[in-house]
Amino acid sequence: MQIMTTDAEANGVAGADPPGRWEHFDHGADIGIRGIGPTKAAAFVQAARAMTAVVTDLKTVRAIEPVEARCEAPDDVLLLIDFLNVLVYEMAARSMLFAQFELDFEDGRLSATAWGEVVDRRRHRPVVEVKGATLTTGAVEFRDGHWIAQCVVDV
Amino acid sequence: MDITRLTHLDDYEWVIERSGAMRVNGIIYADEPLIRAMDDKVFEQVVNVATLPGIVTGSFGMPDAHWGYGFPIGGVAAFDPDEGGIVSAGGVGFDISCGVRLLTTGIDSHAIKSIQKELADSLFADIPAGVGSKGTITLDHDEMDAMLAGGARWAVDRGWGEPRDLDRTEEHGTMAGAVPDHVSERAKHRQRREMGTLGSGNHYLEVQEVMEVFDIETARAFGLNLGDAVVSIHCGSRGLGHQIGTEFLREMAVGAETYGIKLPDRELACAPINSELGQRYLGAMRAGINCALANRQIITDLTRAVFARQLPQARLEVLFDVSHNTCKVEEHEVGGRARRLFVHRKGATRAFGPGHRDLPETLKHVGQPVIIGGSMGTASYVLVGTEESERLAFSSACHGAGRAMSRHQAKKRWRGRALVDELAERGILVRGASDRGVAEEAPGAYKDVTAVVDTADQAGLARKVATLAPLVCIKG
Repeated sequence: MQIMTTDAEANGVAGADPPGRWEHFDHGADIGIRGIGPTKAAAFVQAARAMTAVVTDLKTVRAIEPVEARCEAPDDVLLLIDFLNVLVYEMAARSMLFAQFELDFEDGRLSATAWGEVVDRRRHRPVVEVKGATLTTGAVEFRDGHWIAQCVVDV
Repeated sequence: MDITRLTHLDDYEWVIERSGAMRVNGIIYADEPLIRAMDDKVFEQVVNVATLPGIVTGSFGMPDAHWGYGFPIGGVAAFDPDEGGIVSAGGVGFDISCGVRLLTTGIDSHAIKSIQKELADSLFADIPAGVGSKGTITLDHDEMDAMLAGGARWAVDRGWGEPRDLDRTEEHGTMAGAVPDHVSERAKHRQRREMGTLGSGNHYLEVQEVMEVFDIETARAFGLNLGDAVVSIHCGSRGLGHQIGTEFLREMAVGAETYGIKLPDRELACAPINSELGQRYLGAMRAGINCALANRQIITDLTRAVFARQLPQARLEVLFDVSHNTCKVEEHEVGGRARRLFVHRKGATRAFGPGHRDLPETLKHVGQPVIIGGSMGTASYVLVGTEESERLAFSSACHGAGRAMSRHQAKKRWRGRALVDELAERGILVRGASDRGVAEEAPGAYKDVTAVVDTADQAGLARKVATLAPLVCIKG
């Protein structure tokens, strides 16, 4: 299957939103997420936002409670997958959704703070839970003047 | 899929001839329209699986095969530990032991139709479904380990069900060889409040009507009569299985090279069966199977409680419980001798034929019930395992319709509310936590399950017994 970007789904930068943008792309049974930004960190942040948008409308999630995430991996793609899977775990274990992220890289290590809130089923109307971020179509690369961080999430 | 790359063996069997690094042929069971509609990724993934060490006979694709993670969904492959065979976390998938349990009710569907709305509302209220829903059960550390070791038997021992339910569950309710210590604390923590919950995505609980019977004798042996009401429960090992899959997939993807395994795709993450990592994964994965069996057992009990209030004349009995994301040790005859193989079924159902030693006595003369779920507006099917299926694909069959359209496309095409109203007009009551979730699961987003099932039947993988039409659908 050809991977297609879907601009209609893309969420442009507005107000205090972080630099860059996110989009979803098609995968047979699941959903592709892609973060695009001026830096690798911005692309990771946008990929995390794209993952939340699989579950709910990002605009409904308030950035109230911080959760720390740390991971280390031998390459950028695994680091992205690890980062997203830490968020998947925290979403499930704390029953939370995350909307804002701060992220730093140092020597193959990532440290991040994710801000979000506990799921409110009435307000968030969550669509589907993310089981895990996968290596399928996984990529972290500098392309056409932007950093791209992408993978398929299993739902 | 470009069929010029395949050898057409007969009407329903297509062969990808061994070449390059492939150790065995690829074999896909499908009629021509289904195989033409299959993604080229299925071809690529069937080929990739065929390169894995210790694979025996072939890399198989079922009629519902579609693009998965490493293995195609609808993929079957068996590995011999004595020939360097591997076990693959990617070959089992994230939702370990996701499966379907079918309950007979002993009542006619007319009785359901008279209180259909009340029944739908009660089931939706009492069976936790969707993101953010938690069960009423909280497991402490000791109970978590007991559940992971005991599966459905643990649930029955705690009062969620009847001992006779176990006889109609694969592995008689308990997957042997589970090692709770091999399951991480994070996986256990993720599961602490998730027992007895459906989850989301394509998981559901449906009340259905036996709409058509193809094989009266087998249907009778299964306790199915035309017009009967039945209940299907489709769910898996919840957060625990997802976390086990996530952790081992990563460890195997990074570690494969240390075992001298060259992966054509990192999602094929695997380790030799006879390795510390392989054995550790098997212990954890089997605990994940027990989690799924216990989960479906608890949901069975919750369903019985709703029926006891609303339809006290109903008597809910487990017809059978099948899993479709597993790796199991089975004995199969290959090259004239019995061999102990590790059979991966990724989105595929085990389908033992009549006389198989692992079937309960009450089913041994007919064969294993094979339960195939449709989508919420379409039919599901009950099939029965055949003797031939052993030779065709290690006694395996399809598991469902498979998606024809991505979630993304589906939500653009349909509106959840309108879809619920349209289905209600057709007599199908849908209760879901999210309108967008319902839209993403629109019946039109799935392939024609009837074509998939007809092909499985005609190829000899399993034989059609009955069609089930939905009346009530509880979506996660």
